[in-house]
Amino acid sequence: MKASTVIEFDVTNIKTKPWGRRQEDQRKQKFRKGKVQKKKIIKNKKQIYNTNKPKDVTKKRYEMPKETLDKYSRGEGVNISKVHTKIHRKKIEKKEDNIKFAAELSAKTEVLLTEDSGYLEADVGETTTQFTQKTIKDSVDITSAAKQFELKLEFGPYRSRYTRNGRHLVIGGKKGHVAAFDWITKRLHCEINVMESVHDVSFLHVETMFAVAQKDWVYIYDNQGIELHCVKKLNKVSRMEFLPYHFLLSTCSEEGYLSWLDVSIGQLISQYNTNLGRLSVLTQNPWNACLCLGHAKGVVSMWSPNTREPLAKMLCHKAPIMAVDVDSTGMYMSTSASNRELKIWDVRKLEGPVQEYKLINSATNLAFSQSKMLAVGFGNIVEVYKDCCTSAEKRPYLRHRFNNPISNFNFCPFEDVLGVSTAKGFTSLLVPGSGEPNIDTLEVNPFQSKSQRREAEVKALLDKVQPDLITLDPTIIAEVDVPSLRDKVEAKKKLLYLKPPKMSYAPRNKAKGKGGSVQLAKNKKIIQEQAKKEFIQATKNILPEVQKNKVKSKPYNVLDRFLPKNKK
Amino acid sequence: MKVKVITRSPDEYLRETKHDIHKVFRNYDPALHPFEAAREYTRALNAVKLDKVFAKPFLGSLDGHRDSVSCIAKHPKRLSTVVSGAFDGEIRVWDIPQRTCVREFVAHNGIVRGVVYVPSGNSFISVGDDKTIKTWNALIPQFGEDEEPVNTILSKSVLTGISHHRQSNIFATCGEIVQLWEESRNEAIRSYEWGVDTLHDIAFNMIETNTFAACASDRSIILYDMRDNGPLRKVIMKLRSNKVAWNPMEAFTFTCANEDYNLYTFDTRNLKSPVNVHMDHVGAVTYVDYAPTGKEFVSGSYDKTIRIFEADHGHSREIYHTKRMQRLTNVQWTLDNKFIISGSDEMNIRIWKARASEKLGPLRPRERAALRYSEALKEKFASHPQVKRISRHRHVPKHVYNAQSELRTIKTKEKRRENNRRIHSKPGEVPYVPEREKHVIKEVQ
Repeated sequence: MKASTVIEFDVTNIKTKPWGRRQEDQRKQKFRKGKVQKKKIIKNKKQIYNTNKPKDVTKKRYEMPKETLDKYSRGEGVNISKVHTKIHRKKIEKKEDNIKFAAELSAKTEVLLTEDSGYLEADVGETTTQFTQKTIKDSVDITSAAKQFELKLEFGPYRSRYTRNGRHLVIGGKKGHVAAFDWITKRLHCEINVMESVHDVSFLHVETMFAVAQKDWVYIYDNQGIELHCVKKLNKVSRMEFLPYHFLLSTCSEEGYLSWLDVSIGQLISQYNTNLGRLSVLTQNPWNACLCLGHAKGVVSMWSPNTREPLAKMLCHKAPIMAVDVDSTGMYMSTSASNRELKIWDVRKLEGPVQEYKLINSATNLAFSQSKMLAVGFGNIVEVYKDCCTSAEKRPYLRHRFNNPISNFNFCPFEDVLGVSTAKGFTSLLVPGSGEPNIDTLEVNPFQSKSQRREAEVKALLDKVQPDLITLDPTIIAEVDVPSLRDKVEAKKKLLYLKPPKMSYAPRNKAKGKGGSVQLAKNKKIIQEQAKKEFIQATKNILPEVQKNKVKSKPYNVLDRFLPKNKK
Repeated sequence: MKVKVITRSPDEYLRETKHDIHKVFRNYDPALHPFEAAREYTRALNAVKLDKVFAKPFLGSLDGHRDSVSCIAKHPKRLSTVVSGAFDGEIRVWDIPQRTCVREFVAHNGIVRGVVYVPSGNSFISVGDDKTIKTWNALIPQFGEDEEPVNTILSKSVLTGISHHRQSNIFATCGEIVQLWEESRNEAIRSYEWGVDTLHDIAFNMIETNTFAACASDRSIILYDMRDNGPLRKVIMKLRSNKVAWNPMEAFTFTCANEDYNLYTFDTRNLKSPVNVHMDHVGAVTYVDYAPTGKEFVSGSYDKTIRIFEADHGHSREIYHTKRMQRLTNVQWTLDNKFIISGSDEMNIRIWKARASEKLGPLRPRERAALRYSEALKEKFASHPQVKRISRHRHVPKHVYNAQSELRTIKTKEKRRENNRRIHSKPGEVPYVPEREKHVIKEVQ
């Protein structure tokens, strides 16, 4: 045996004591040392009394402000008092501690954030509303000033959409003009004329692909303007939304159909008729990936691809709904109606309105920014409100007037920019303080290179959330599945209508002459009937509660005629 | 008027040269990371699936023996060396990483019943059916030298097993009686008897090094103390135990492999009932060996499969089998806690990974972090039905599958019968007996 290649590994010497115990011993030793020191201190009591030592201030730990902790907290946690066994209680306690620790750590990382958010502050006697885009542009640095620009275009009312990282922009004109470009460097990716009417545009998960809802069908183009797909199953689409974590292109059509197309596998996940007529107000809730539709009856309905019924319906206004938008944390929903109302709703609890406004004109467009600023568009005016969700705002934060009617607008993610597309072009406005200043490059990265984009695409595909998980509460997957009382009762009720299972009857082989086919058939019938009876008996035993709930009809009494009649 | 707009200079956000790594900026604000639960769930599901993809536990086989492998011993100081004995009296020394036999010789007339390394690793001792105890030098003899034992002891009685003391130069053999030997002496220094015909296995405790246990043919497991004159206690079970293994981390715990398809973990302080019953095998369990961490053990069975159990779990976490592997005679968990070595009836010694989907070789820090993350996710979502189904699924050979379903029907039948008996007899007449108390007959002091 070659001695040089052999690894010496002396197990007998290492494990004189199990690891756990050795650590424990060390801990004990430390503890003992501490005790000894304490005794020494007690001996020198007099000295301590004589010296006026100031209290050790530096050792006091820094406590995080509660708001910061709340921002990162994952909720209250498990109610331990209902856990009966000691070992499980300990386990859960430990888990809860870990979660709390993680939340605290992430709260502490706030000090490492490099950027500050933008702001616009008025002096005494001024209001921020009076500042025009020109004054703002003049008083900011050149790079920021370059973010304010105007494109004068001629092909009819435009629609626009930013990518998720806020770097690229696609615009589509009603008369067929489609262009995609990097709006910060103003580098054009492609510009085409699709020779058809364009109703909506949307980027897919990367900036190299975008979908265009044209006259009949939805087309998917790449960033060179080459037609990649024509999705004929998406017919007469009026609005589109892309759900980036699910890779779903969701559309609503003029014929009342809702559809979800999985762009990673090219399959239509779900498509059905909402039976609510023409659909033209669509937005997604970025927190739970549900679609919010606004209807002419003043109702906002929320949809997932899993059920053909809406998950929730909210009667928001008494007039047709003009626009809906949900903020990125899924906390607030703003709706506007044709009777000049604007309401803010708590969309997590499906409650509200949190705030109610009566506007001078009915708002045709709404958009939330990352910092919960709300842009409201009426006719050719766009107004931005700052804290309209938490308090009743009296005056807009900013206002801008266009020469042409607005068709839609979006806040650019991670920038202080509002991109407004109008009937005659596209305008990028500066709205200081509207964007999130600190990016997370592992989530969305405005500065990503080609290789980074490819890597991120693969990662995102691996983490693709299944469409089955689209529900009103997205955290439900991490919670304990406790069947509600209603579910239990309904499951029991269903038992009433169960058919008895079929008995498979294999006759025993009998000697020749003992029992013929007639006897065999008889036996089979007897056994099957017996099984049926047993099954019915068994279901009856399960169902005493269900039966109890049935109200027994009393025999009719003559005096019953004087009782109040049941309303039907 | 004071105004500030977000401006990010690309110099700060982009790497300076192509050879730098990309800059990473983190913002842990939950608003920027939506669908946390759903994405974690997806990742957990992927991790479980990847585990299945990478689960290739079989590493290789060592062939060379001309008869079934009867015993295997690990080198106490070298991970690469293993010695094995066969039913034809041959002993082979193996180099595991090279997968070669480095030395072979006929050691005994008849079966080699046991082989064990001395703690220093300089020599190994074998016992055989020819009633001899032979000590062999661990070094390969020089060219021209014959394979000769360093020392040969003639025992008066049959020898069936051997175990060495953890530190000192004392070893114990079993057969008709249990005998203690010192390496330097040719006479047994002590012998123990407790009215049984044969003892077929013996094992020294690794922590309380003076105690040892032996399995006897009267279905009992006997505990001994080296410092005492007689055996301490024994526990008699319903069927015979084939092998006993001490937990290397807990002095008072041992596990025995039983003929009734189960393994039993006992606490020596209370032998009346086992602490845990480990079920899953569908044939007599022939061998058991603990992992050096003491948290898991591996068992080989007559049903041609190897199973890995967590020491405090009743069911196995893993099953290994191949088409060609026959009845197991021996399984060993290597001292680096990474591999399992199995010897079986069809003359082969096989090397397996202890964790089926583990990546061998060094891991880069990011790789290790990713593996840890997926491990945590798997634990978090372990009880989700989809995750559970995938992680629990094992393909088992047909005969095991059929035997499992047969055993299941037998068990349900017995349960049903017992229940019927309980219904039709006086209350309290047919008591509920916990599974742990069913298999032990009595403890004898």
